[in-house]
Amino acid sequence: MAKILVKPEVCIGCHLCEVWCAVAHSKSKNLIKAFIYEDPKPLPRVAVEEDLPLTFPLQCRHCDEPDCVSACISGALHKDPESGRVIHDKERCVGCYSCVLVCPYGNVFIDHENRKIVKCDLCAGLDMPYCVSNCPNEALIYVSDS
Amino acid sequence: MQKFNYLIIGNSAGAVGCIEGLRTVDKNGTIAVVSEETHHVYSRALIPYYLDGKVNKENMHYRPQDFYQRAGVTLFSGQRASQVHFDTKEVVTAGGERLGYEKLLLATGGKPIVPPIPGLDKSNVFTFLSMDDVLKIEKSLAGAKDAVVLGGGVIGLMAAEVLKKKGLNVHVLELAPRVLAPVIDETASDIVESSFKEAGVGIATNNTIQEIHGQETVDKIVLKDGTVLSCDLLVVGVGVSPRVDLVESTAIKIQRGIVVDQKMQTSVPDVYACGDCASIYDFITGENRPLPLWPNAYSGGRVAAFNMAGKSRYYTWGTGMNSMHFFDTNIINAGMNVSEENDQNLEIITKVEKDKKIYRKFVINEKGHIKGFALIGEIARAGILLNLIRRKVDVRPFKQKLLEEDFGYAHMHDELRWQLLKDDVVLGVI
Repeated sequence: MAKILVKPEVCIGCHLCEVWCAVAHSKSKNLIKAFIYEDPKPLPRVAVEEDLPLTFPLQCRHCDEPDCVSACISGALHKDPESGRVIHDKERCVGCYSCVLVCPYGNVFIDHENRKIVKCDLCAGLDMPYCVSNCPNEALIYVSDS
Repeated sequence: MQKFNYLIIGNSAGAVGCIEGLRTVDKNGTIAVVSEETHHVYSRALIPYYLDGKVNKENMHYRPQDFYQRAGVTLFSGQRASQVHFDTKEVVTAGGERLGYEKLLLATGGKPIVPPIPGLDKSNVFTFLSMDDVLKIEKSLAGAKDAVVLGGGVIGLMAAEVLKKKGLNVHVLELAPRVLAPVIDETASDIVESSFKEAGVGIATNNTIQEIHGQETVDKIVLKDGTVLSCDLLVVGVGVSPRVDLVESTAIKIQRGIVVDQKMQTSVPDVYACGDCASIYDFITGENRPLPLWPNAYSGGRVAAFNMAGKSRYYTWGTGMNSMHFFDTNIINAGMNVSEENDQNLEIITKVEKDKKIYRKFVINEKGHIKGFALIGEIARAGILLNLIRRKVDVRPFKQKLLEEDFGYAHMHDELRWQLLKDDVVLGVI
């Protein structure tokens, strides 16, 4: 299964992975437009863990046996057997936050405004997730299936 | 007689968990499901959302329309299993059909508890568990003004919130001194109660129905304390009990629910059980008990599937846990719910900001293991806390940090953090 690994010693805590993640999931896909004009504001699906000087981001692990999928009451979360990604269908999500209760990585994020969750989709459709390609210090590694 | 490799009685979370588990390890074995209801597999947990108009009939479906077809499952829809013969390994339906099995999963669910109060059989009294229940409630809403909800637990409170949002006057009756009593502690109950009261819902604790008045329908309710309430609609949301009638007269071991081991196997060979009908292993108390919650049902069914297909797997992560929300107050809890005065040598640490509806509480044992927690308001990343319980981590070195909203892996000591994240980080690069 493809996933994103982090080198904590290389992370400089700039939070640009969060910024670019939000851009990747914005309507315009444009940094300036996304943050200034879009309403609602796009949300990141990655969070930098921080207890200075330690910083490191943690993304969804797309687990083999995802607890979030087991807990999902609406069928909004499923593990795609082909890509291995844990996919969220926001149309079906009711915002019960059962997935927030069980994700061992704290990697399901709450979209309070829409009472739904958002989560990493590994930038579906792109060769390289935005957080990885935009990390200025190359602290993130994308490990693909092969 | 038709015979199947795997036969599942019931058609909800446990059944789906089992089917999906089976198909990951056995693509060809024959699977059949006996479903009493005729609806396509739907999520009972979505019933309040449906009544609230947030989920339509289509999205009540827990899996796509072609789920059974794609999984190669024979569905006996609208058929109730009425007998099971463990010696000849067959199940007989109410229609007289005989179905043979090699491995059987009992996922018969729960039945709503209806207290023995005269008058609860009237036409405007409803339970709140099935699609049929909610369709009936939906119909009776037209013209209804006053609703009474019997039961201040999770089900009752969810019903009460939706009925209030539908514009009804709502009163909740709870026999205990506070709402959600077995699930959360006094402080948390207080916060939840204030959310309801602010929304204009009447909460009557230490109270219940004394007498029901009306002919065909309930018109008025007299409470234990003498209060009289008008009533156009009465919802009984007291809870569920394991539905074990199918196997009650057999040799299978039942203690409230059908007793299973960590492989979800019952006391009868080749027979498994999961979900609301079962009494499962609670990893926090180390004892079996019914844990009628969605994640436990699905995961239990999935674990059963592996064992039914001959691959050993254990469900050792089940416990009492809830994610709830009432009038935009989010609540997550897991594990033991004890108050500060407990006789088990458990330490309690809390953070309370009642006016902001914020609460964090942890129950920690003498080894520093978290045995339970409750979060109100600040629920983000709760799963990390559940993971600390499951991994039996000694949290004493960073105990106070647990009370901070942004608590995460960064706040643990290095050795523990990198141990827990060993597959996720690359260290030693500089």
